[in-house]
Amino acid sequence: MSKVPVQLTLNGSDRSVFVDPGQNLLDVLRRSLGDLTPKYGCGQGTCGCCTVMIDGETRLSCLTLAESVDGCSVETVAGIGEGAQLHELQTAFMEHFAAQCGFCTTGMLMSAKHLLDNNPSPTRDDVVEAISGNICRCTGYEPIINAILDVAARRGSGRHTS
Amino acid sequence: MIEFRKDLFADERDDNLNEVGQPTRRQDILGHVTGRSPFFDDHQFDGLTHLKCVRSPHHRARIRHVDTSAAERMPGVHRVLTERDIPVNRNTLLALINFGKDDEPVLASGQVNYVGDPVVAVIADTERQARDACAAVRVDYEVLPHVLDPEEALLPDAPVVNETYPNNSFDYHEKYDHQKLRFGDVQSAFATADKIVEARYQMSPIEHAPTETNGCIAVAETNDRIACYTSTQALFFSLGTVAKVLDISTARLHFVGGTVGGGFGGKVDTVVEPLAILGCLLTGRPVRFVYDRQEEMQVSSPRGAERWYIKDGVMNDGRIVAREFRGYFDGGAYTRLSSYAVIKGTAHLPGPYTIPNVSSNVYGVYTNRTPASAMRGFGITGVDFAIECQMDRVAEAVGMDPVELRLLNAYRDGDMKAHRREAKNCALIECMQVAAEKSGWAISDEFKKLSSLSGGGGERAIIPHTVTDEHGKIGSSRAPGNTIPGSGYQPAAAPSLAAAASTTYTAAPAASPMPASAPAPTHAPVSSQPPATQAPPSRTPVRPGASSAPGGTVNADSATRPATPPPSAPASRPATSARPRNNNRFSSLFGTRRR
Repeated sequence: MSKVPVQLTLNGSDRSVFVDPGQNLLDVLRRSLGDLTPKYGCGQGTCGCCTVMIDGETRLSCLTLAESVDGCSVETVAGIGEGAQLHELQTAFMEHFAAQCGFCTTGMLMSAKHLLDNNPSPTRDDVVEAISGNICRCTGYEPIINAILDVAARRGSGRHTS
Repeated sequence: MIEFRKDLFADERDDNLNEVGQPTRRQDILGHVTGRSPFFDDHQFDGLTHLKCVRSPHHRARIRHVDTSAAERMPGVHRVLTERDIPVNRNTLLALINFGKDDEPVLASGQVNYVGDPVVAVIADTERQARDACAAVRVDYEVLPHVLDPEEALLPDAPVVNETYPNNSFDYHEKYDHQKLRFGDVQSAFATADKIVEARYQMSPIEHAPTETNGCIAVAETNDRIACYTSTQALFFSLGTVAKVLDISTARLHFVGGTVGGGFGGKVDTVVEPLAILGCLLTGRPVRFVYDRQEEMQVSSPRGAERWYIKDGVMNDGRIVAREFRGYFDGGAYTRLSSYAVIKGTAHLPGPYTIPNVSSNVYGVYTNRTPASAMRGFGITGVDFAIECQMDRVAEAVGMDPVELRLLNAYRDGDMKAHRREAKNCALIECMQVAAEKSGWAISDEFKKLSSLSGGGGERAIIPHTVTDEHGKIGSSRAPGNTIPGSGYQPAAAPSLAAAASTTYTAAPAASPMPASAPAPTHAPVSSQPPATQAPPSRTPVRPGASSAPGGTVNADSATRPATPPPSAPASRPATSARPRNNNRFSSLFGTRRR
């Protein structure tokens, strides 16, 4: 089978890559584009470890055909900070002990960022709903929820600018 | 936020806490939030190959023939591995500490013993090619009878799951088919108890389901070593096990790990590394062997199933005077860490309660199920579930508040535990008091005043006379149904209850208040199993002081709650009959040795 050329914007950079027909985006990100931040947990779209943003919407990269992102903007945890500056969600996850093994963390961060990008003052229920597609087996969800709410609260009080 | 109860155990505690209750930052959290923590699969190698296994579709079958010729010709296939390629194709994890016999092959040898038992491994350029080649492997099976229930597995005519253990139970010191605990005399206590509460409990296997599945990548270094990037929780288990089964020096193995995407005990078994490293040695290519999610759920070892029978003798005032266990740990097809779970579970009995007569027989059983292993408190979790359900049933049977019942029976400082160790630094009472207060669970004032620091010791510190047979032993080393000729003796028929008969209680020990808990027909207690036929034989019928059992007066007004908990020694355990502790210095836990 012939390879298919795909052009995309990955974390703000233009990238071109040849993909196999049927190859999933997660595999292309990790093996072809060298972005190891999305993780393979199940390959079935149930764990959320591979969550990325495509044109501003959260998507499961393990269930996304690589060909389908031609011309799209893809965002991962590798691009959410400003250069060497951590994103405030990353800082909050560190402060709130919101990661234990760390395997779900990158997907969790993408879901959290999508929530706050679209809803600056979420309720607790909004947060729970936003991360309901991301399975965490170690930390428990409480510290994660608290970290996300903390970012929203800090933004609301003007202590941080994003 | 953690709230400290400074009023509790103030004189026993150093309050110079620098970490507890303080926010702390994990040393590895920067890597986690930036996605840079090096999980094994984040190491990238040119020419990476992928390993997949052909697995048994049968619970138990003889392998007549394996034909890999078609698979070897498939595109992208570098190598097909069978049992003949494994230098030492028999191992058990705890062999590293000389515990147990080698019973598990890396690739099945002649027989498969559970659904998912690996038979052939294929190494190919892509995962898809490896899967396709696996599908082209032809295995001719002769399906054999199987057994999936631990009690059925102990029947004399049960299929042999694991030829290393032909009785389908783990051999402790190659001599004992179960772990035994004896403390006091449960049979006499049952006879004198006001009520008997019996029930059966069981727990299904539980999969850890880590978000990162078990996996590793083996890659040749340029110094004649093989590097293995792995998800293992137990690097040195993996190192020792691989060196053994591949018969190579540990100096040639370079294990890189420590970044584990969720373990919970599910990554201690060294299941992926031997094949990946062997594949790397034989092909010279980097080999990646990762469980897919289905394999993780189906064949990675779970917390094993457990079944427990608990029989309690209880006085009307709520004191539990005797507790008898019969437990089965379903280890699946191979030992892994289940042998240890049995020891740990036995060491936990009878739970955190001071009970003067305790007896248990706990079996590590082989069945044709996925091999079980470690998981978060394994050995304890299942029986604790059973014990605490049982406590609620006891409370119901005697009409007591379940929290007060637990407070009444809880360990206190100075009490003697069933393992002949003194209870120290107890805090269960205080814990329950605080929990009751926090949850608004009303307990009476007398129970609010209880303390772990008082009321323990004294009669409760006595090691009771423990019934033995004429050989001075506490019972047969093997269950009657599993007796191997020449190993031990058959237990005597029935215990003498002469001493108990001399008391004046109007107990009704045969009446179980929990008829609904009777075992389902298909899982009926096996008649050949202990303890029914393994009751302590020929105990000395009359002990000093037994005829004037002082507990009788306690029992006379047992309908009323004792005015000053804790209770005195129960009826069946006169203080004067206690032997000096040194006469009881044997450890049933480890068979003949004391550790």
